[in-house]
Amino acid sequence: MANTMDSPRTAVSNPPVQPMETNLTQRDLIRRSATSELPQPERQLTPVAKLIDVSKCIGCKACQSACVEWNDTNPVIGENVGYYTNPHDLTADMFTLMRFTEWVNPETDNLEWLIRKDGCMHCADPGCLKACPAPGAIVQYSNGIVDFVHDNCIGCGYCVKGCPFNIPRISKADHRAYKCTLCSDRVAVGQGPACAKACPTQAIVFGTKEDMKKHAEGRIADLKSRGYANAGLYDPPGVGGTHVMYVLHHNDKPQIYADLPVDPKISAVVQTWKGATKYAGLAVMGLAAAGTILHGLFGNANRVSKHEEEEAQEAVDHAEKRVEDA
Amino acid sequence: MNMDLSRRGFLKLAGAGVAATSMGALGFGEAEAAEIAHVRPFKLAMTTETRQTCPYCSVACGIIIYSKGDVRKGDKAEVVHIEGDVDHPTNRGTLCPKGAALKDFVKSPTRLLYPMHRKPGSDKFERMSWDEALDRIARLMKDDRDANLLLKNEKGLDVNRWTTTGMLAASATSNETAWATFKFAKSIGMVGFDNQARV
Amino acid sequence: MTNAWTDIKNTDLVVVMGGNAAEAHPCGFKWVTEAKAHRGAKLIVVDPRYTRTASVSDYYAPIRQGSDIAFLNGVMKYCIDNGKVQWEYMKAFTNASYIVKDGFGYQDGLFTGYNEEKRDYDRSSWDYVIGEDGFAVTDPTLEHPRCVWNLLKEHLAPYTPELVSQVCGTPKEKFLKVAEMIAECSSPTKTMTSMYALGWTQHSKGSQNIRAMAMLQLILGNIGVRGGGMNALRGHSNIQGLTDLGLMSHLLTGYLTMPTEKDTDFETYMSTRLFKPLRPGQTSYWQNYKKFMVSFQKAMWGDAATAENGWAFNYLPKLDVPAYDILRMFELMNHGKVNGYICQGFNPILAFPNRAKITSSLSKLKFMVTMDPLETETSRFWENHGDFNDVDTASIQTEVFQLPSTCFAEEDGSLTNSGRWLQWHWQASSPPGEAKHDSWIIAQIFLRMRELYRKEGGAFPDPILNLSWEYEDENEPTAEELAKEINGRALTDLMDPTDPTKVLVAAGKQVVNFSQLKDDGSTMSGCWIYSGCWNEQGNNMGRRDNHDPDETGAYLGWTFAWPLNRRTLYNRASADINGKPWDPTRKLLEWDGAKWTGYDVPDIAPTAKPQDVGPFIMNQEGVSRLFTRGMMRDGPFPAHMEPFESPVENVFNRKMRGNPVARVFQSDADQLGTSAEFPYAATSYRLTEHFHYWTKHNRVNSALQPDFFVEISEELAAEKKITNGGWVRVWSKRGSVKAKAVVTKRIRPLICDGKPVHIVGIPLHWGFTGSAKKGFGPNSLAAFVGDANIETPESKAFLVNIEPSTAPKDKEASV
Repeated sequence: MANTMDSPRTAVSNPPVQPMETNLTQRDLIRRSATSELPQPERQLTPVAKLIDVSKCIGCKACQSACVEWNDTNPVIGENVGYYTNPHDLTADMFTLMRFTEWVNPETDNLEWLIRKDGCMHCADPGCLKACPAPGAIVQYSNGIVDFVHDNCIGCGYCVKGCPFNIPRISKADHRAYKCTLCSDRVAVGQGPACAKACPTQAIVFGTKEDMKKHAEGRIADLKSRGYANAGLYDPPGVGGTHVMYVLHHNDKPQIYADLPVDPKISAVVQTWKGATKYAGLAVMGLAAAGTILHGLFGNANRVSKHEEEEAQEAVDHAEKRVEDA
Repeated sequence: MNMDLSRRGFLKLAGAGVAATSMGALGFGEAEAAEIAHVRPFKLAMTTETRQTCPYCSVACGIIIYSKGDVRKGDKAEVVHIEGDVDHPTNRGTLCPKGAALKDFVKSPTRLLYPMHRKPGSDKFERMSWDEALDRIARLMKDDRDANLLLKNEKGLDVNRWTTTGMLAASATSNETAWATFKFAKSIGMVGFDNQARV
Repeated sequence: MTNAWTDIKNTDLVVVMGGNAAEAHPCGFKWVTEAKAHRGAKLIVVDPRYTRTASVSDYYAPIRQGSDIAFLNGVMKYCIDNGKVQWEYMKAFTNASYIVKDGFGYQDGLFTGYNEEKRDYDRSSWDYVIGEDGFAVTDPTLEHPRCVWNLLKEHLAPYTPELVSQVCGTPKEKFLKVAEMIAECSSPTKTMTSMYALGWTQHSKGSQNIRAMAMLQLILGNIGVRGGGMNALRGHSNIQGLTDLGLMSHLLTGYLTMPTEKDTDFETYMSTRLFKPLRPGQTSYWQNYKKFMVSFQKAMWGDAATAENGWAFNYLPKLDVPAYDILRMFELMNHGKVNGYICQGFNPILAFPNRAKITSSLSKLKFMVTMDPLETETSRFWENHGDFNDVDTASIQTEVFQLPSTCFAEEDGSLTNSGRWLQWHWQASSPPGEAKHDSWIIAQIFLRMRELYRKEGGAFPDPILNLSWEYEDENEPTAEELAKEINGRALTDLMDPTDPTKVLVAAGKQVVNFSQLKDDGSTMSGCWIYSGCWNEQGNNMGRRDNHDPDETGAYLGWTFAWPLNRRTLYNRASADINGKPWDPTRKLLEWDGAKWTGYDVPDIAPTAKPQDVGPFIMNQEGVSRLFTRGMMRDGPFPAHMEPFESPVENVFNRKMRGNPVARVFQSDADQLGTSAEFPYAATSYRLTEHFHYWTKHNRVNSALQPDFFVEISEELAAEKKITNGGWVRVWSKRGSVKAKAVVTKRIRPLICDGKPVHIVGIPLHWGFTGSAKKGFGPNSLAAFVGDANIETPESKAFLVNIEPSTAPKDKEASV
């Protein structure tokens, strides 16, 4: 076969316009926030993944644009504060963001403009879901997609604290949490995410996780042949691996890519909330009430309080001390 | 790794969708099924597809415009979404940040809706009918041409050159519009006639 | 582009210089990433800024804007000195062996024949020695001291790596690394592609920038081959189409040229355009000029164009100057010599240099008409927007008509992309409000003028009254009707030349392509090079077969490419003198002993023997030109020239300013700044988030890049005490803007001619209408001078000063 084949592509056909049944249902859930007894699915969907090859990314922001258009969000028109990163952070209306870092490689003294598409990593072990106190506000499907169910969200912000990548954002308009859905509505009808489809250089590709890992191997070999000895795949084991992965030219130092965590883990604080604070607190509030009602009650104010956070941190410190002592 | 492999992988996934057991078979009734489907309904369902070309740069990416209503059936049609055309050899379904947001160009709040007229010295535009605007423009142009068309040069040669009214043609119009524009401009003797290729 | 976007995947080396493909053409740039991923291709970026293209490059070298010729001449010299030449190709397919007249020479930065007063050359010595047989004299051994090859070597001699570094500011080792990588592509089995855009054209010697790279590509054997070529990445979706269709002051359709006052009648006009071959047996395709010209005149004026009246030749206006280009028109306008102006989808107060002059000029018009889907700054040039458009509205007496037109989504038609593909699109949505198609608006103005001429008479009404306007509804010609007219048809039965009893094309039928056009008035065709786009087979521009046999990237079944559905120009040069492909793995065409076969439509007569007929059939020589004779105003070889506003002197001639033959109007000469007053070298460019001045009307793109800014180095910021994200004022001799400062490592000071040169980068997307923040653009500052050959403004290199500042003020809301 000729070696000039096109890269793996997200879309193999144009989206359907005839009505189609969704292929992601509650029956495919493997986790549901604040729900202890979820029946396990009868079928296992093939795990999917989005692979972001930072070395092929030209920072054009097509992914941001496509994301806004597909998800019908309305990011604000801000101002320039001296950087190309716009908006300046993820927002409830901007689920993905190109983060630009000017980095001088100390080994070559050459400038490298590192551009990383930030957004939800769809962790196999999702900290947001584990931290979430609202039943069914965060769900995980057997194909790996971690999705927010806004009707069930109470806007407490625990998911923000629970996320090792600092991704979810609470909307000022409706006080619910938002993030990348991996375009669950597209995946459900056999289409890849809008960002991956748009990406001009196909730095973003989407497919089965297995295929994406194989594709990454080829890319890493190419980068090594071009002198990037530490090129590698970012699929952090601390969160059980992710369904959004990166190919990095400098996989030995992910932190240079706009603070990509070196070894992300679900914060021990979140684990502590879960045990000590979260359920107890919510039980008092009336856990049985529907999420929407809870949301109505607490609205914007229902955030993790400073006090709660300190309390939890203290609990963690004690626990760690005990471990050390032992 | 090549495309075939990836395609197979993807089709396997898509295939799962087609083969998925229906809600009914899983024991849910219709109402219940709707309630538990957390994912957004696919928003392109029941839209009309039209093959188009991105109007920005010269890569000329293939796009598909999804609209409500079908102009070919005489409907009033409105764009609901625009996405890259996977069948197009150049862009293969991809789009840049401009192309991906084309819908918001078509539906820009600063799209012009009516002919507007600004009187000399005025600080505002005022609505004008098409007929009134076109008649007045034709009159102004003819009067200027009649007054200033240079019929002959100093050697008596026919030169038929009109330099006092000029035109910039739009390099985003179609070839067909461009040909009509060309015929118009050159036949009236206009020589101050250029397009964006000059700059 | 000589090649197609999809062909770029076949390359081994991509050189992006004079452009920023990743940023301005992201989906075309995809094919660069494909070549990298699947062929192991390398990408070199040479640019004053470390661009988004540079961010994915294998090698980046900085260069001072406006010094590209020195760099490219240096690379050519490096290749020749090191024997890195595709010798067989160069000898067979270029004019290297042609002998040049004795008078020609070059000294102190000037070619022979310079007249300082006229700012022009006497170009008579810039030509070949013509033998008694009427053909150019050649020396295939390349030993003759006056052959082009030896003169070229002599011309390139000063361009040492040291000189390149001195002029361009490129560190010597970086220049050498680039030269070395490029030189590898002299192998017949390695190709390089050049992707460039306005970074090369917007200079007072823009045409020569491009020539320099074209020559380098020729000596490396990279023209006409897969993965090679000179690829001009055009800016707008149909800027190629409007150029092909001749919507320019000096052009007619299909690169036929406007008559001048020298062309006293049709025969005289034709006599200088039939280009007889300069070597035996060569095609010199322009010998068919008359067929295309007569068919064009018939398309324009139908029965009124007859053999007796010279095909209505006198209906065409005749030029007294090379062109009424936009710089000349605004100069005339500023002197009160233009009364009316139509801006169709064009925004000159942002797009043209020296905005103050543009505004002053428009203010002197009696009337202006704009046709646009969107608000433009031009249609509101009279409106006060505080610092953003500080005009005295009441004093502006221009009557303005703002006509709403449809946008792409609301029309049928074709657009010609950079790779010459004519792609048809179909209407998808209904126009908003009372917006109308441009073709309707044009028809309405035309019909109303014609009616006035019918009723009232007036100045020379004939070309208007007789203009062919035969459409089912003359109020609105359809795209189909216009496309068919462009293609052309038989006006009387066309007989088969091999069998005169057989009708080849019946009267009224579409011609199959331009090979059926005649010079006797029996055919008409609006634009010969487009002929074949809509023939009796139907609308070939709407074809959607995306099969690509053997994955060459040709896609012959996809839409239609001009000419004759050919995808790679000069493709015969992909094979050697015997017709064997230089690289069998990248075959494009091959001579099978009787005819040319392969993946593309041959760019030569299909049965033309490879040893007899050269591949460059549009040239009288049949070969390409390393030496252009007198065809370019500023020299037959590219020579280093500084921009008109440069931070350094020209090292070849320290008194010379800019391009010595570029036209400069007196008032503009008076407005040129010096490096003493304006020490920083500014350049203008696009950002990937925006398209010109359109997408600032789009909420999404406005969110992605909301605010006007300028980019400077950390060194300059420190020197001028400018903070990142703070306000600065940037001013030139012609204007002043306020912007946010982006302080970056991606721009570094360069050492040129012994001193540091700081660069100020100015993107071009902001104005005072739309959704994005109000802002300014580089054209408030750029100089009103153009390229010596085609008058493209020098917007890529001018001088500015910069200082910390405060926010600009908008006009206070009126009470």
